[in-house]
Amino acid sequence: MGYPHPSHAGETPVLSQYFGDREAITLDGWRKRGGYNGLQKALSMSPSEIVDVVKASGLRGRGGAGFPTGIKWSFMKPGDGKPHYLCCNADESEPGTFKDREIMRWTPHALVEGCAIGAYAIGAETAYIYIRGEFTEPLARMRAAVREAYDAGILGKNAMGTGKRIDIVIHKGAGAYICGEETAMMNSIEGRRGNPRIKPPFPAVSGVFAQPTTINNVETLVAVPHIIVRGAEWYKGLSLSSPKSTGSKLFSVCGNIAKPGNYEVTLGFSFKDFLYDLCGGPLPGRKFKAIIPGGISVPIQTMEEAEATKMDYEGFVEQGSMLGSGGVIVFDDQQNMVKQIARAARFFAHESCAQCTQCREGTAWTTKIMERIRDGEGTAEDLDTLFSIADNMTGKTICVLSDSCAVPVVSGINKFRSEFEALIKKPTFHPVTAAVA
Amino acid sequence: MTAVTHEHDAPYQPVFVGERRKELDALFPLYPTKMACILPALWMVQEDRGWVSDEGIAEVALVLELTPAYVKGVVTFYTMYNQHPVGKYLMQVCTTTPCNICGAEDVVRALLERTGCSDLGVTSPDGLFTVIEVECLGACGFATPVMINEEVVESVTAARVPEIVAGLK
Repeated sequence: MGYPHPSHAGETPVLSQYFGDREAITLDGWRKRGGYNGLQKALSMSPSEIVDVVKASGLRGRGGAGFPTGIKWSFMKPGDGKPHYLCCNADESEPGTFKDREIMRWTPHALVEGCAIGAYAIGAETAYIYIRGEFTEPLARMRAAVREAYDAGILGKNAMGTGKRIDIVIHKGAGAYICGEETAMMNSIEGRRGNPRIKPPFPAVSGVFAQPTTINNVETLVAVPHIIVRGAEWYKGLSLSSPKSTGSKLFSVCGNIAKPGNYEVTLGFSFKDFLYDLCGGPLPGRKFKAIIPGGISVPIQTMEEAEATKMDYEGFVEQGSMLGSGGVIVFDDQQNMVKQIARAARFFAHESCAQCTQCREGTAWTTKIMERIRDGEGTAEDLDTLFSIADNMTGKTICVLSDSCAVPVVSGINKFRSEFEALIKKPTFHPVTAAVA
Repeated sequence: MTAVTHEHDAPYQPVFVGERRKELDALFPLYPTKMACILPALWMVQEDRGWVSDEGIAEVALVLELTPAYVKGVVTFYTMYNQHPVGKYLMQVCTTTPCNICGAEDVVRALLERTGCSDLGVTSPDGLFTVIEVECLGACGFATPVMINEEVVESVTAARVPEIVAGLK
């Protein structure tokens, strides 16, 4: 449902059905709503059966990359004699995204259940849930839910009386966007600076504490109990456009729009209907200008592109962007795109872990040049310089933070060039002439 | 809202004694290494002392069998560990793009004016407030969120600031 707004007929509330329902927060309330039936059923299946069901459902990672979850789980080799780990990525820090926050605030037991099933499926006895430090309320609710689940015998050395051991540990982050990158998160859990690691080795081979590890997003894991209970075919049936995009997805909507909030729709939904009908369209007297549909790391869409989009992994790519984490940022005609892209660049400059030169220098210089243009101090060749920096920042670093900084800059200049040019009043800068003068 | 006192010049009192020590010891079995407890241990220091001082870093290093230099390296990576004393109320305003387009900069200006802080990061003369900008609090649909110590206040506008600040004085 469109929390904090009433549910809309166009939505498919599977994960968000109980948002705003205070009773669902507690174990008793959650059980009354069918909670832990999925875990009960999963524990009666073999881990490989669970992996097969998740594979067949077509569930793809909801954190941004969209990797098929069942296939990711199948990389964890059973019986290798090593401890396996599940890490749940609840470090939701992508600007524009606030869906995991609401999942943990309203349905913490759904995540406990999803983690328990995920851990069992990949042969792990311990699941770490890495929650960003700023999420004090979701942290408190998750801690309370885990405590309740231990007290009720759902977790622990004899999970639900099956003799299987499932432990869940909540790990509180301390303020670092980059810790949402899976290898940085593993370093952070190990007690290190949150620098991303070079892959390979991939986490399934050598992850947290150098053991086989799977990292899943909150929203991915909370979908799993539903798939176990209702079956892969049901989940696969939730698809309106591309058969490669199945299920329902939460979209966080923010910025200049009438009804910001979280909305859950079946993948393939019309983005135009979504923006104008579900979310109530623009604010009175204003017009939409641009959309960032999947968190700030994905390319900016013009309104023509956005209105032609089918909301699934393939649909956003066809219209010049990506689904990403589903964080929809709406800009209206009151906004100056140069100022906002400069602000986005500053975000990345602040959050760069500074390991890779291209990122450390690139994010800083991009920000300086963007802010110079914003302040009317830009020169005619600044745009070319930005493109050249962006080229050096793309595909050349350990993680994609560097690429992510280049994305809004490049797509912004390409799609809103006139706004940049309107601010650039200075003639081309000639070093020789400047030195003489 | 929890209020923490910040005694800048008082001699350092160890954090990991009594109940806190038990709390820390209870964490060790949850991880295969002691080092993994560094973030939780630093949180305990900050909760009890309001910030993470060099003495706090040395104590964490001691209890986790690490070097102070290593612990300091970790502390400086994460923005939420206060490396300096802050006011009784630390106000973190999200000014990243989604909040920025909803007027976050006006909220920052109003907060600085109302709290009497001369600039971002500078504690007010009465020692009550420190205002800082923060990158994305993950509550973009409730622009502008302001985190005051442990509590996130949603949908703050410049107009609401006087009432919020007055409520804390």
